[in-house]
Amino acid sequence: MSNEEIMVSRGSTSSRRTVRKAGIATIALVAVLGLFTAACSSSKSSDDTAKPSGPTKAAWIYVGPINDGGWTQAHNRGREDAAKALGANLESTYKENVPEGPATAQVIDDLVKDGNTVIFATSYGFKDAMQAAAKKYPEVKFVQATGDDITINGASSVSSNYDEYWGAGEDTQYLAGMAAGAATKNNVIGVEAPFPIPEIIRQINGFALGAQSVNPAATVKVVWTKSWFDPAAERQAAESLVASGVDVIFSHQDSPTAGEVAKANNIPWVGYDSDQSAAYPTVWLTTAVYNWGPYYTEKLNSIRDGKWSQENYYGTIGDEFTTMAPFGAIVSAESKSAIQAEQAKAASTKSFGWYWGLSDREDQDGKVQIKKGQTLTLKDLYTMSYFVKGIDGSPKG
Amino acid sequence: MSVNSNLFVIIFASAIFYGTPLVFAAVGELLAERSGVINLGVEGMMLLGAVSAAMVAANLDGPAAVVLPIALLAAMVAAGLGAAIHAFLVITLRVNQIISGLALTIFGGAAGLSSYLANVWGLGKQPAMNQFGRMDLFGLKKFPVLGPILFDQTLLTYLSWVLVVLVMVYLFRTRMGLHLRSVGESPQTADSVGISVTRYRYGHVIAGGMLAGVAGACFSLTIVPTWANGLTSGEGWIALALVIFGFWRPDLTLVGAYLFGALSSLSFTLQARGIDVPTALLDALPYVATIVVLVIVSNSRISKRLGSPAALGRPYEREER
Repeated sequence: MSNEEIMVSRGSTSSRRTVRKAGIATIALVAVLGLFTAACSSSKSSDDTAKPSGPTKAAWIYVGPINDGGWTQAHNRGREDAAKALGANLESTYKENVPEGPATAQVIDDLVKDGNTVIFATSYGFKDAMQAAAKKYPEVKFVQATGDDITINGASSVSSNYDEYWGAGEDTQYLAGMAAGAATKNNVIGVEAPFPIPEIIRQINGFALGAQSVNPAATVKVVWTKSWFDPAAERQAAESLVASGVDVIFSHQDSPTAGEVAKANNIPWVGYDSDQSAAYPTVWLTTAVYNWGPYYTEKLNSIRDGKWSQENYYGTIGDEFTTMAPFGAIVSAESKSAIQAEQAKAASTKSFGWYWGLSDREDQDGKVQIKKGQTLTLKDLYTMSYFVKGIDGSPKG
Repeated sequence: MSVNSNLFVIIFASAIFYGTPLVFAAVGELLAERSGVINLGVEGMMLLGAVSAAMVAANLDGPAAVVLPIALLAAMVAAGLGAAIHAFLVITLRVNQIISGLALTIFGGAAGLSSYLANVWGLGKQPAMNQFGRMDLFGLKKFPVLGPILFDQTLLTYLSWVLVVLVMVYLFRTRMGLHLRSVGESPQTADSVGISVTRYRYGHVIAGGMLAGVAGACFSLTIVPTWANGLTSGEGWIALALVIFGFWRPDLTLVGAYLFGALSSLSFTLQARGIDVPTALLDALPYVATIVVLVIVSNSRISKRLGSPAALGRPYEREER
């Protein structure tokens, strides 16, 4: 640095210059970040050729990216199915990676401003924003996945232009449990699950009852990861289960990390939400998957026909809302046909939860929670907070 | 895989396995901080490294001995570039180090560049074809108790031990290490005896970033082992705390990393064995420990005695001499 420069930058000039530099750099950085964020939360619209008066404009709000290999991807496939089925009658849009919280309301406002008249939100965390928006925009229909307010508090607790939908994942978990129950030799199946909430608890109960239906000696050991997504914790949980003696793993998690542990120990594995049979051919059993397309198609058609209702849809095996992922090669022919027979039986009931009342169901303390012959209501399912007998682990987390 | 597996062995072996990325990330941050630069971008750099390693592992055909070093190199380059941005902003432009580091984490992070690149490259659908598997080093695994704890680890763990020894020697036994520490303690003094503060700071911030990249690669090549958005789930922040926890010494940092590794898997081990413990409390322990250490080092006198570089976080301006 020359003397001249040093003189110029000495003293207060120097610090002012530094401050200015810092300011410019920070602004530049913020601008880059801003651009980037805008690029990431992309939105896309299809079917620009439709007539402005004809098509229904509907928008989907996703909590994750559309290629997450699980939850959001399944919803987006459902949107595409509906777009195919409705053709020129639907103009569909989606927003991915939408944060749960104050930003949700902003996204909804924008979508309504863009002229969307039906909004589907696919994560429980969007529920409050959706209900607030339903009050704000009475002419728009708001449909919330996995919401529980209509079931628990009744339709009168929400605006009449707000509806909820979800489905009997626990029923397909029952079938997956049959595969696990047939596969275990030690009669101990490990389950790693995210949070001790009714939705997860009833799926684990369904899984355990399915396992016990083919193997009465089977017990299920539950470990909570306390996270929807934490691959390192998922691996740790799976390894702890294996070390404690389980010889089949069911991971109620989106990432295939538990499958890696299963592969390393060569023990059968039941995943969640996505088919991993190709990546883990030596250990893959099966899992429950969801098929949202028919619901979206039907819902949009009935809205177009002016037949909107707060139906509080709960999809079943019968309407193919929830199905089984392909069976892995290690599932025995005997086990496969037993599961398929049970699946056909479930489909013929045209309802959910055919198995709960097959006998008296005790909880972990031996208290009878479900009487033989009893049919569970949606409200029973949405408030289930106990584990059935044969499960080790706390339903409180 | 036996029911009688020794609980002690399991806890210690997993402490080392899950502590390994923390060792790389924390030792990297330690190098940067020793030069007087805080880099809060560790989490972002780890993700950049993880996504680059995953990209190489997913797309390059070949034997593991070829693919994995290239994957590691890619991780180091990507994270090193991230660190270079931080270095340019805070060393040359003298931007506030905290703001620049946070920006780097957001930029590279789960809702940023790493996830975007993974999307573009179509990663995460398949597990990595090549991954660092467990390696029985020199057949020492048979050694009772210590064998399965220390020598049933991946190559990355063994490399992390070499790294810690090398950095110990470098910091405390070489002239360059002495220069580095003086740059972090008193850049004016270092400058006056002809040490280039700028060059040392650039060099160590970038080297630290490259190590953060290796830490990220630990996730996408070993722990997960594929890409998943935000797969490091906050470990970068723990690495930052570990540098303080280890009083800016690589050896103590390694011990801290293993302690955190142990605590993170302990709650699962106990749950799986039906031992009734409040798991939320266990999960909180590493953070409680971090807070205690932070409180201790927040006293500047104690902090200085513990080894906090005196010029940490302060931009150096030659003209202010």
